[in-house]
Amino acid sequence: MTKATLQALLSHWWRNPLQLFTLLAGLALATALWSGVQAVNAEARASYDAAAATLGEGQYDRLVRRDGQPMAQDTYITLRRAGWLVSPVVQGRLNGVRIVGVEPLTAPGGIGPVAPQEGADVARFLSGEGQLFGSSETASRLPELAFVITPEAAPGTAVTDIGVAQRLLDRQGQIDTLIVLPGQPMGQPPLADIAPDLARQPAQGGSDIARLTDSFHLNLTAFGLLSFAVGIFIVNGAIGLAFEQRRPVVRTLRALGVPLRSLVVLMVAELMFFALMAGGVGVALGYVIAALLLPDVAATLQGLYGADVSGTLQLRPVWWLSALAIALGGTAIAASGALYQLAQMPLLAAAQPRALAMAAGRRARFQGIVAFALLCVAGILMITAKGLIGGFALLATLLIGAALALPLVLDRLLAGLSRLARSVTAQWFWADTRQQLPGLSLALMALLLAMAANIGVSTMVSSFRLTFTDFLDQRLASELYVQVEDTTQLAALVDFASPRTDAILPIQSAEVTIAGQTTQVFGPRDHATYRDNWVFLETAAAAWDTTFADETILINEQLARRSGLSIGDVVQVQGRDFPIAGVYGDYGNPIGQAVIGEDIFARLFPDVIPQRFGLRMDPAAVPGFVEELENRAGIPATQSVDQARIKAISLAIFERTFTVTTALNVLTLAVAGFAILMSLLTLATMRVPQLAPAWAMGMTRRQIGRLELMRAMMLAILTAIVALPLGLALAWALLAVVNVAAFGWKLPMYLFPLDYARLGLFALLAAALAALWPARRLARTPPADLLKVFSNER
Amino acid sequence: MNVRVLFLMCWLPFAAQAQGFAGLGTQVDGFSIPQPAPAFDFPADHGPHNDYRIEWWYLTANLKGADGTDYGLQWTLFRSALAPEAGAGWAAPQLWMGHAAVTTPDDHYVSERLARGGIGQAGVTTAPFTAWIDDWELAGDWNTLQMRASGPEFAYDMQLTAQGPLVFHGDNGFSVKSAAGQASYYYSQPFFAIEGILQLPDGDIAVTGHAWLDREWSSQPLADNQTGWDWFSLSFDSGAKLMGFRLQQTDGANFTSATWISAEGKTTPYSNGALQAVPLAVNDADVPIRWQVTLPDMGVDVTVAAINDNAWMTTSVPYWEGPVTVSGTHAGIGYLEMTGYE
Repeated sequence: MTKATLQALLSHWWRNPLQLFTLLAGLALATALWSGVQAVNAEARASYDAAAATLGEGQYDRLVRRDGQPMAQDTYITLRRAGWLVSPVVQGRLNGVRIVGVEPLTAPGGIGPVAPQEGADVARFLSGEGQLFGSSETASRLPELAFVITPEAAPGTAVTDIGVAQRLLDRQGQIDTLIVLPGQPMGQPPLADIAPDLARQPAQGGSDIARLTDSFHLNLTAFGLLSFAVGIFIVNGAIGLAFEQRRPVVRTLRALGVPLRSLVVLMVAELMFFALMAGGVGVALGYVIAALLLPDVAATLQGLYGADVSGTLQLRPVWWLSALAIALGGTAIAASGALYQLAQMPLLAAAQPRALAMAAGRRARFQGIVAFALLCVAGILMITAKGLIGGFALLATLLIGAALALPLVLDRLLAGLSRLARSVTAQWFWADTRQQLPGLSLALMALLLAMAANIGVSTMVSSFRLTFTDFLDQRLASELYVQVEDTTQLAALVDFASPRTDAILPIQSAEVTIAGQTTQVFGPRDHATYRDNWVFLETAAAAWDTTFADETILINEQLARRSGLSIGDVVQVQGRDFPIAGVYGDYGNPIGQAVIGEDIFARLFPDVIPQRFGLRMDPAAVPGFVEELENRAGIPATQSVDQARIKAISLAIFERTFTVTTALNVLTLAVAGFAILMSLLTLATMRVPQLAPAWAMGMTRRQIGRLELMRAMMLAILTAIVALPLGLALAWALLAVVNVAAFGWKLPMYLFPLDYARLGLFALLAAALAALWPARRLARTPPADLLKVFSNER
Repeated sequence: MNVRVLFLMCWLPFAAQAQGFAGLGTQVDGFSIPQPAPAFDFPADHGPHNDYRIEWWYLTANLKGADGTDYGLQWTLFRSALAPEAGAGWAAPQLWMGHAAVTTPDDHYVSERLARGGIGQAGVTTAPFTAWIDDWELAGDWNTLQMRASGPEFAYDMQLTAQGPLVFHGDNGFSVKSAAGQASYYYSQPFFAIEGILQLPDGDIAVTGHAWLDREWSSQPLADNQTGWDWFSLSFDSGAKLMGFRLQQTDGANFTSATWISAEGKTTPYSNGALQAVPLAVNDADVPIRWQVTLPDMGVDVTVAAINDNAWMTTSVPYWEGPVTVSGTHAGIGYLEMTGYE
């Protein structure tokens, strides 16, 4: 009997292949967008996690020789014998591959290549025969060496034993860096007594830039989620319609004695099968999307992070499993309402297929109440939301509330417009549009979400870009940065650079606690570099003047937010009171920061000697200057950083970010356009009875078709009008709530009206394209079909 | 997980996490095997025997502070060979591991060091005798020795003076470990007087006491079915000493061995079954911290109790090692080591 029941149920799809296609395609597209974005995220993360893990980059203090030259292996032994727990590293390039030699017995945890796996032969690794850990791509560049292939390895990097690396690189007895392990023993002699030629470089403690990329990832994830929400609306529509139309079949089957339980189980199984199938297609599509996007994302992150991100994609179970799970979950959510109704349906209830419009009245009221309630919650959250969960709750209530409210808003708008109508045709047009609204509302909701997501995300990305540009201008204003090791180098630098540069700006800082927060206090020199470039979020009058006059202090946003400080509050540094004169944006910095005048800094921190200097000069003169600095002042080029070049690269990166955003924009709009197309196609057959009287009264089929097209475009425009404020609210929530909760700083929001206008045009285009075919079909309805309507009329 | 753990898992036999201490029972390949009736050659035999797979210099000490507080101290250097040769440079197949610990009635401080042989970071030389890994060192002529070690929360610097002869366990230093005949070379210097300074988080403490230095090497000391051991070194107030161990087998049976050492250093070896050790109580982690140890032939029936129940060595492969008190027919102090309880 199960087989017969299943056949009866499935027969619906044979008769309505278009509906089946809508269901599968909607789900597949939704899954594709979600999994594509996830894949890009997962890949990029894994890639630079691997890069970071390769050397615990930045996690540990390091010892290097002051002159930048490699140290002798004996230095390592001397330090170990003196109780210094250090681990040697040697690095070099071989055939374009970065060879990293580590000493596995002394290296700290979290360093070194990867988890043990098949193929790892420790005897070979240690014994000098050599075994390298790297990706297959890296291995292919060094075919003569024994590799253990591991996807977790950083791109272009092979990790091996230090002895093997020394041999491969022909650097026997040499060490580049010593990693200083945590947990050094008691009674250790000072470094200067054992190895005076070594300098200790402090751990970086969470790269600034890494936090910015985190923010970028979070936003991509939000985009992925929104895309999926759009898809779920389509699926919800398709499932709802299918259940509605299958009511008579269900009633007949139950009347024939099929238990409700087995019916529900069969229908659930059927849907889950569809979900898995569509989810599988979606994962494949997502892979394609990710593969197309990844090179750009990789380039983006490479520039931001400075580390290689592999441009090739790997199938990671994390994302394809999560994509399948979310496809199943989404289907379950979309179907649960319909299944519940089915289970509640009285056995002998009237079985006529009720038009969606007929039930719409009752449903609309309920929907309106829910929408109102959700928007109220969103309103409250806008004021109160603090944490990450609050931020996402705000996003969810805002989006769902707005989507549910859309049909009501459109209905009111249309009612208003119909009052303006003079001609009979116009009146019919408005009335007919309102009549159609319930059937189109799910597709329009999808369009609304797609547009709002696009507005929100592009506003956010563009704001991010502008902010970051400003931030780079602010922080990397000097053309060249030079690090000095000691007072001799300091004097040499000042002597050499003074006549050749516009300004020498010492960068000196000390760590203090302000209002209970760990804070880095800087004492910069009074120079236009700061006055011209730094951007304040809040500022008192003449903030720089009073600060350089040693009267006030400037603090960063993180410190202001965490300790609730603002302009005029007084804070203490080394026991001296400073009123706060300004709060500046400090994107990506995890800790508090403050700025006081150079003179007062010198008095409060007499022991701090500036070790970094920003040099202002003609950018074109920088390379020559660095060379001369090395030759004539004896400051190695390794201690100079040409920040202008880094800045230029970073900025170029954002152009690529836009490629990604634009691609995702087009894809979401395409999904929404698809939803409109499917809804119109579904409605087209139902609409013949409504159009027949208009045709009979003298309207040509061509006119009717044109009106259909206009209707779709008009609805798209109305939806776009609603989408704009929603998108901006979304952007605001992402920038001002989610970002603050996740990273401790608020990104300022900028508006981009031209972008929004272009997006509106795209949406219109999508709606027009989607409506074209159904309108054409209507315009070509055979007169016989139209006539049949009257022959059946009772 | 990283390569370091991988190495430990695959190689360091006493750190063979995957198989626990049963790793000591794995097959040997090209390494020498201990033979009965050994003839020792000192000072050469104080140094490393690279053709054997594993070897250790194992010192434990029972100490007392000026206020009478009991302390325990451990200084251990393990050698583990990947191949039966000394080698040179990074490719040398000798790996070294150091364990140091200080036990107080309330705390237990542990530190571990790992090093490659062949580069000078760790090793043992005989002329003069020096055993070292990093800054940890045991050096001298075996009549007197200097010893130091350090960890993040402790350090010590000790002087040792021998007050008796070396003693050889089993059959003149050939110590049988299983019914199947697995064995090791095993001798001790249990007669060290020790004094020095313990540096602990609360300050420096001057201590004096007795130390026991074990030397043992082999290539496959345990049988396949042996998973761990309980080892006792007891010093009685009478001046006599007792070394005894109990090897746990997978079939639930035990293999025991003991050496009775008179106050003058005369030894009486006992083979399997003569010594009995029965757990009386366990700590929170199910490790026995009170034992009944009997050796009827010498009229010994004592209770051995841990001074600090939580002397757990949080090293690559964890085990229990700490000072004990002895009461019953004989009173005294000692050290207890228990492996195979993870």
